[in-house]
Amino acid sequence: MVALVTIEGLTKRFPKQAEPALRSVSTQIRSGHIVGLVGPDGSGKTTFLRLIAGLLRADEGGIDVGGFDPVANAKEVRARIAYMPQRFGLYEDLSVEENLNLYADLRGLVGSARKATFERLLDFTGLAPFTGRLAGALSGGMKQKLGLACALVVTPELLLLDEPSVGVDPISRRELWRMVSRLTDEGITVVWATAYLDEAEKCETVLVLSEGDLIFDGRPADLAARVEGRVFMIEGIEGDRRYVLNKARQHEAVMDGTIQASDVRLLLNENAHAPSLASIGAGDEARLQPVAPRFEDAFIDLIGGGFRAESPFAGGSERSHDIAIAVEARGLTRMFGSFTAASEISFDVRRGEVFGLIGPNGAGKSTTFKMLSGLLKPTSGEARIAGVDLRTAASEARARLGYMAQKFSLYGDLSTLQNLRFFARVYGLTGVRQRTMIARMIESFALTDKLDENSGQLPLGFKQRLSLACAVMHEPDVLFLDEPTSGVDPRTRREFWAHINAMVTNGVTVIVTTHFLDEAEYCDRAALIYRGQMIALGTPAELKAQAASSTLPNPTFEDAFIALVEENEAVNAP
Amino acid sequence: MWQRIYALIVKELLASARDPQTRWVVLFSPPFLLLIYAFAITQEVSDVTLAVYNQDHGNASVELISRFEGAEVFDQIIHLRAGADIAPTIDARRATLVMRVGEDFSRRLERGESAEVQLILDGRRSNTAQILLGYSSRIVETYNQERLDRLRATAPVRLVQRTWFNPNLEPLWSAVPALFAVLVAVVGFMVSALSIARERELGTFEQLLVSPLRPFEILIGKSVPALLIALTSASAMLVLGMLFLNVPIRGSLALLFFGMVVYLAAIIGIGLFISSLAKTQQQAIIGLFMYMVPAVLISGYATPVENMPDWLQGLAAATPITHFIVISKAVYLREAPLWLYFSHIWPMALIAAASLLAATWLFRRRTG
Repeated sequence: MVALVTIEGLTKRFPKQAEPALRSVSTQIRSGHIVGLVGPDGSGKTTFLRLIAGLLRADEGGIDVGGFDPVANAKEVRARIAYMPQRFGLYEDLSVEENLNLYADLRGLVGSARKATFERLLDFTGLAPFTGRLAGALSGGMKQKLGLACALVVTPELLLLDEPSVGVDPISRRELWRMVSRLTDEGITVVWATAYLDEAEKCETVLVLSEGDLIFDGRPADLAARVEGRVFMIEGIEGDRRYVLNKARQHEAVMDGTIQASDVRLLLNENAHAPSLASIGAGDEARLQPVAPRFEDAFIDLIGGGFRAESPFAGGSERSHDIAIAVEARGLTRMFGSFTAASEISFDVRRGEVFGLIGPNGAGKSTTFKMLSGLLKPTSGEARIAGVDLRTAASEARARLGYMAQKFSLYGDLSTLQNLRFFARVYGLTGVRQRTMIARMIESFALTDKLDENSGQLPLGFKQRLSLACAVMHEPDVLFLDEPTSGVDPRTRREFWAHINAMVTNGVTVIVTTHFLDEAEYCDRAALIYRGQMIALGTPAELKAQAASSTLPNPTFEDAFIALVEENEAVNAP
Repeated sequence: MWQRIYALIVKELLASARDPQTRWVVLFSPPFLLLIYAFAITQEVSDVTLAVYNQDHGNASVELISRFEGAEVFDQIIHLRAGADIAPTIDARRATLVMRVGEDFSRRLERGESAEVQLILDGRRSNTAQILLGYSSRIVETYNQERLDRLRATAPVRLVQRTWFNPNLEPLWSAVPALFAVLVAVVGFMVSALSIARERELGTFEQLLVSPLRPFEILIGKSVPALLIALTSASAMLVLGMLFLNVPIRGSLALLFFGMVVYLAAIIGIGLFISSLAKTQQQAIIGLFMYMVPAVLISGYATPVENMPDWLQGLAAATPITHFIVISKAVYLREAPLWLYFSHIWPMALIAAASLLAATWLFRRRTG
């Protein structure tokens, strides 16, 4: 294969940042491939794509796109590439067709060629029935498809996609992937940037970025081979799987551990022997089952292991025993005009349970979540937190809950310490208690060096920690997490869940929304919300079992999700 | 509850102090604007060219013209030869004022009759023209007076003019108090209208809403810092006005500041109302300008409220800026009588109460 893009010693620094965004990256992108550009947020993916597209100038090193330099020969390079940024420039107030027209005008595509291209693209993306709809009224998945269509009005040699699957539900994600695969059949080279490691597995080659370094360049299977024979599942655990994970994580033989529904997945160090199941408290019935490694196992191995320390929240004070049911949803319904965003949603969440709300974007999980946390008044039905009705005693109920938004939502202009102080005061912590709790948060989340920095300037991992610190400082009974770790690197995600698990062990109840299905594995129970209805409720293992079939005996959570949604579609089909 | 409000106030003040943009927009730019605007609206006229078409050849006309020539305003004098030159001179802006003296001017005066001098002004520059007309009338009047004195005759009525509170008719003295009122409103509006919209846009607002803070606590926590910031900015403007513009404050500072607190409460109430409506900062800015521009125009800042039609006067009365301009002018230029002062305080207090209540109501509604 011919190299379409050759990159030599590429380095890019941004002013006011100590570390370069990319550090001497060298690689080749061969034509006709899907190349996965993988790494957590802030690892340099976007910078890399923008450099290739000629939108940024490199500090050192060179890029060659089919014989041209992206900056010096911008015209030639732009004629050959299409770039779809993370937030593609769709005009939300224009219809699908008007958006396409605009990009065709910009690219000088006219007459019958335009007509033919539009027909092909609309057919390809399945948007043909929606040409008159405003782009702003499309779902996340359809927006990305339209963005892709607009990027493809002139067939490029190289297509650069920056996290096309962010904010897209699993079903649309699969469709998008199928569409892009078809493009490579036409000879288009695709670079697909993603923070989802499972997407990388499907690429022909992957470039793995971590903090600006290219840490792997090759076939995903070769990467997975690194950890072959070192990945195990502990099945049939008696008792608390969180306890088992916590024990296992700290064992010297273990490099990484995660919860997978009712089991615990372990990655062992090289040449290490698995810890005895008794020593980690897995019970007599537990078995150690070798399993096929995943890309994420290899990624963790590459960055030197997961989070292994004890969470400072472990062994903390037990939370109030007086309640058995921490959160009650009773017939929660919310209408927006004539549109029912959530309909008759009822469930109980027990004290010390991790409860997941999962579903595609726009299906109603955020609406439900907001009604539970008091951000939205239900049209009918009621929500109670620790037995307190949110309507009658909102302030008291809110004092018992902690909330961590999906987007970083602390005050960026305030320093770390000022943010901590603000939230301590707002939640009524005074005097000695305020000082002790702030000191404890600083110590627990290793924020000492960052106290005077503006929180908006913190690296992503620290923002995440500070957000969690501000949400849990007042020791809430119920913790609401909205897509808590989307885009966060796997190690930080493990650290995050280690803290959450430790708090849950102390009796904190956690409600989490996610469409990131790896995260759903941590839940004790999950409700699947689709089209405003709760279509399934159960433990992750139960939900997976519901979706199991002869063709798919061991479905992943994502398979289960898709199967349950499709089943619901079939039942409700007119 | 007080601790929560205190937390919010500290946070708002810190955030404003730490953000260089806010610091600039809110604290430094209004005093600067005060200086710039104050100089820009100066009503003094100088360096004007006067054209003279003198058809008369007697002494009287020469004497009158020499008085014009001697006046400081007229920088340059052009003598026209023919009546046909007058129009092109004005058209081409070679002169702003043409004085035409008829051929029987001296003769008529000698006969004891009255004579006419024609002044032609460039109406395209109406403000300048108006001022020049004033100057010219004064020159002619003085000329008449002296002529009568020489003839030992007395004119039947003599007008003696004295402008109180601004004895030398310093244009800045009347402009600065009004400008001050408007700029204080701008600061109050900006800080309050952006505050909630900004948090909504950045996503920090939800974090506040899930905390034990109640809606009215959030509004108090937003109003107080806005008030403090606007008062700081206003103090800076007062000091600058005294130091650089030499505009004295004759009345009581305590009354001025008390009035300002009531005024700002009304302004901030309106600002927060707009902010509760807006989803983004951009919407808040647009909403703010849609209110602020007409409000300033009908406030009496540019044209007297008394000259407006009744319905517009009613609207003007519902605008806090209208009332504070009166108070500001009164306190700046004289020791204002208390009845006048309070007759403008209570409408502002009413507007403040209404707008703050409306903001709280809207805020509750929008967050449910």
